[in-house]
Amino acid sequence: MRFWHPMPWTARFGAVVIGLYALLAIFAPWIAPYGEAEILGGAFELWGGDHLLGTDNLGRDLLSRLIWGARNTIGIALATTLLSFALGAILGMAAAANTGLIDQVLSRLVDVLMAVPSLLLTLLALSVFGPGVLNLILIIALLDSTRVYRLARATTMNVIVLDYVEAARLRGEGMVSILWREVLPNISAPLIAEFGLRFCFVFLTISALSFLGLGLPPPTADWGAMVKENAALITFGDITPLLPALAIALLTVAVNFVVDHLLHLASGLKE
Amino acid sequence: MTGKARLLRMILGRLVLGLLTLWLISVLIFLAVSLLPGDIAQQILGQSATPETVAALRRELGLDQPLLQRYLDWMGTLLAGDFGNSLSNGRPVADLLAARMGKTLFLAAYAAAIAVPLALFLGILSAYRRGSLFDRAVTGLTLTMISFPEFFIAYVLMLFLAVRLPFFPTIADYGSDAGLIEMLHRTFLPAMALVLVVTAHMMRMTRAAIINLMAQPYIGMARLKGIGPLRVILVHALPNALAPIINVVAVNIAWLVSGVVIVEVVFVYPGLGQLMVDSVSNRDIPVVQACCLIFAAVYILLNLLADVLAIATNPRLMHRAG
Amino acid sequence: MTDLLLDIRNLQVATRLGAPILRGIDLSLHRGEVMGLIGESGAGKSTLGLAAMGYVQEGCRINGGAVHFDGQDLLALPEKQRRLFRGARIAYVAQSAAASFNPAWRLIDQFTEAPRLHGHARRAESEADAHDLYGRMGLPDPADFGLRFPHQVSGGQLQRAMTAMAMACRPDLIVFDEPTTALDVTTQIEVLAAIRSVVRDLNSAALYITHDLAVVAQMADRIKVLRHGEEVEEAPTGRLISAPQKEYTRSLWAVRNLTRPARPKPAETNHPALRLKGVTASYGRKMAVLRDVSIDFAAGRTIAVVGESGSGKSTTARAITGLLKPLSGDIELRGRALPAALRDRTKAELRSIQMIYQMADTALNPRQTLREIIGRPAAFYGGLRGAALDARVRELLAAIELEPGQFIDRRPGELSGGQKQRVGIARALAADPEFIICDEVTSALDQLVAEGILKLLMRLQEQTGVTYMFITHDLSTVRAIADSVVVMQKGAVVDQGSRDHIFQQSTHPYTRRLLDSVPETDTDWLTRTLAQRGRG
Repeated sequence: MRFWHPMPWTARFGAVVIGLYALLAIFAPWIAPYGEAEILGGAFELWGGDHLLGTDNLGRDLLSRLIWGARNTIGIALATTLLSFALGAILGMAAAANTGLIDQVLSRLVDVLMAVPSLLLTLLALSVFGPGVLNLILIIALLDSTRVYRLARATTMNVIVLDYVEAARLRGEGMVSILWREVLPNISAPLIAEFGLRFCFVFLTISALSFLGLGLPPPTADWGAMVKENAALITFGDITPLLPALAIALLTVAVNFVVDHLLHLASGLKE
Repeated sequence: MTGKARLLRMILGRLVLGLLTLWLISVLIFLAVSLLPGDIAQQILGQSATPETVAALRRELGLDQPLLQRYLDWMGTLLAGDFGNSLSNGRPVADLLAARMGKTLFLAAYAAAIAVPLALFLGILSAYRRGSLFDRAVTGLTLTMISFPEFFIAYVLMLFLAVRLPFFPTIADYGSDAGLIEMLHRTFLPAMALVLVVTAHMMRMTRAAIINLMAQPYIGMARLKGIGPLRVILVHALPNALAPIINVVAVNIAWLVSGVVIVEVVFVYPGLGQLMVDSVSNRDIPVVQACCLIFAAVYILLNLLADVLAIATNPRLMHRAG
Repeated sequence: MTDLLLDIRNLQVATRLGAPILRGIDLSLHRGEVMGLIGESGAGKSTLGLAAMGYVQEGCRINGGAVHFDGQDLLALPEKQRRLFRGARIAYVAQSAAASFNPAWRLIDQFTEAPRLHGHARRAESEADAHDLYGRMGLPDPADFGLRFPHQVSGGQLQRAMTAMAMACRPDLIVFDEPTTALDVTTQIEVLAAIRSVVRDLNSAALYITHDLAVVAQMADRIKVLRHGEEVEEAPTGRLISAPQKEYTRSLWAVRNLTRPARPKPAETNHPALRLKGVTASYGRKMAVLRDVSIDFAAGRTIAVVGESGSGKSTTARAITGLLKPLSGDIELRGRALPAALRDRTKAELRSIQMIYQMADTALNPRQTLREIIGRPAAFYGGLRGAALDARVRELLAAIELEPGQFIDRRPGELSGGQKQRVGIARALAADPEFIICDEVTSALDQLVAEGILKLLMRLQEQTGVTYMFITHDLSTVRAIADSVVVMQKGAVVDQGSRDHIFQQSTHPYTRRLLDSVPETDTDWLTRTLAQRGRG
């Protein structure tokens, strides 16, 4: 397929990293040497010995928590992105297909929600609804779906004016059939790329919120929270607290590399 | 209608739209409290609270009033500069904000003053040298940078420039008697973290906007008139690039706003961002609402300004056929 | 020879990926001489025109050869020196004037830029010169014309302003790259006249690039025919037109003379396939775009609807298809009233009216195979499934002369422009329609390909008895295919009748002006027409 063939090393690297993270997340219980919340020794033990990367502020094995963290953080980010996508893409395509009252109302609502940086509204909503995994997923998915909505609506609008869609309308096809057969296959490339970008954004947002102490409740292992828990070590020049942050960064870099390649392919397809 | 009148009408239209957006956001922020099914006072205080304390909190939040009445009261006191009282310590929210707003504005302005020119310069240069080693290096670097969480960048800066090499303090707050130099020095690392994040996003969009512009046929025509590359960029491309560039700057201010919240927490900098995060954990809703409103207002007004500037610099709109 | 101005030897240009664009072209041009470059898309005309300025488009490179301009090899010079020639001694006029003027600048400032930078004239001198040239080009109010911005000026005027700008430094050579292709015929003739008079007055040499033989016949002293980046033949204009040596050139010429024999009028007793009665329509609350349009489309015939852009011919099609609901008036299909709105029409009514589009690229879903594209209407209307559907698709592919086994599972991206258009025809046929709207179906195609499409359409009409509404702005196509002609202007039908009547006897002034504006290959056509208009 053309996805693999003339692939730059960045995208190959990205794809491999994403694969490794996926394995880590799926098989965490078998890979991690210790349990997620097991307290095993003193706080802040050094690297080496029983604990390859030392222990954290409560004496839990850091390597194990890193591995469990892959499962929690990525899992929640993925669920949120999927929800945001389902919501945004369906509503966006529907709005583009029926430019009427529904489109007007939805688009104005999205305009207002997007008129301020989403972190502000996320924080506001969290303060009202309180912390918790479900709240976190729902709030971020809803706010993030505005961007998917805009993209889905705009790309659908671009395709829906093309002659082959008009031909289908003249044939007498129903709207659902037109969206499914004529539109969706032609907007899937930008939507897939956008999925990568949305995942990165959601993943970074959730990590940031966890870092701020507003994310997953303890003792769940979560990369953002792990940075915060062990931040005191930084002032002693220890890089350990940066490892979870590095884990976040590596995955987002990898996804961005792949997305970049996908966008490149998508733009090349036009020719 | 003359061109000037049309232009003026467009600008007025944008102003009205911007203020309408701001108003809608304020309604949204106000309504947030009422959105929760069930009783927020009970939620906040937990199951163990006595009915008296719950009733007191309800009164404090104004929940015993009808919705419209509450909104009018809220808006009225807000316009008088009264944001209500903090739930956690009872102090007027306005006082809490006053002490911190200056700090956040200083940090944000500091970062913007470096990031905006830097991003535009890098963006334009790499678009101009598209495909060169420089372009690929900068594009790769910024792609990596936008993939990093803000707190990662902040801690890396802290680790290397404050701990391993103690050039700058790890805690960024400055005293009330600090001079400008000391302020700039103490807040250098948080500002730098913001600069890296904002520059990366802004540079990428600037580059894309310029490349898009350079593909226009009139740029090719200018080359075919024998005009040198520098003049093509400065005289032919730039006047048409102003509107897109202004737009890029405005859009990326969003990264400054969310970045500032994180960076303030990392560097224990007592600004609005940190106040907001603390208040969210304490569920001190009046404070969160006030912070949210201020950030939103600043952001919307800046975007409004950019919109108006973009209209004003667009030649097609400025010189319409009469 | 001392007056040799441009001498291109064995020029080879290719894309960076290695696909050749020019495969060793020779060209020589003398001072004051106009050479026409003609060929179909992909012939390399534009690349050759730009190469005459020592310029290649992004993504291409020169692989060999020499471009001598006034004795100097432009390709051997450093870029900085080449720039001194461009704009000053060699100027360029692009196809799309609207996109090629900088939107941020007044026209006069764009005019004076090159003279000032090349040290040819001071601003005041150059502005005075601009007024003079604007006047010669027939632009309105020449003294103030330059104060306008590009978006305040019409397309035909912009094209003339660009020619004036090219003249600013009195270049020895001007490269015209399809300067009138985007214009309506009645505008084209004015621009052609203006370009020709200025080029002659100032004695510039010119390379005139076009795909339109009739246009180049008016402008050029000599013509070079290109194909696939190679020269086919070159000769003085008169000789090349009267006695082309090469088969390819002859076939290009022959396309223009394709004419369908006149057929007797069908019996009056039959209902027309489709009838419009007093149709008036508008978009939104704006002024009417169709005013009281009444047309009878006789069954089994081809009715050409002609007019310039904005005349309402495509809007008429939208009203027929039900996409635009008329404000008043009736549409009848075989004598039975047709509901105005698309959603009120029955499946049988929808099946009866099919459409073929201008841009085959956007008319076919790029993600579907030909089996899906052509099979869908057959399945949708006819309820065909499985083997029956497969057989029907193969039958249709055979009908449009595409080998079924080879093409059935291809996607549009793997087809040429002409093949895509054929698939568009097959999709319309798959519904078994009575009435097909052909909206500019050949105008995006090269002449030879277009000829194949027209012949196919005629053959299919004979086999199926389908009625065509043939929308076009190209009158030579009308001559080739139409039985009768409807002329539209500003949303109204101004003239209609049999083809031979319209072409030979119509006295309607707009019809006459439209017909007169269509260039003919006769080299004297422009001179003669202008003279006639001068008298009229």
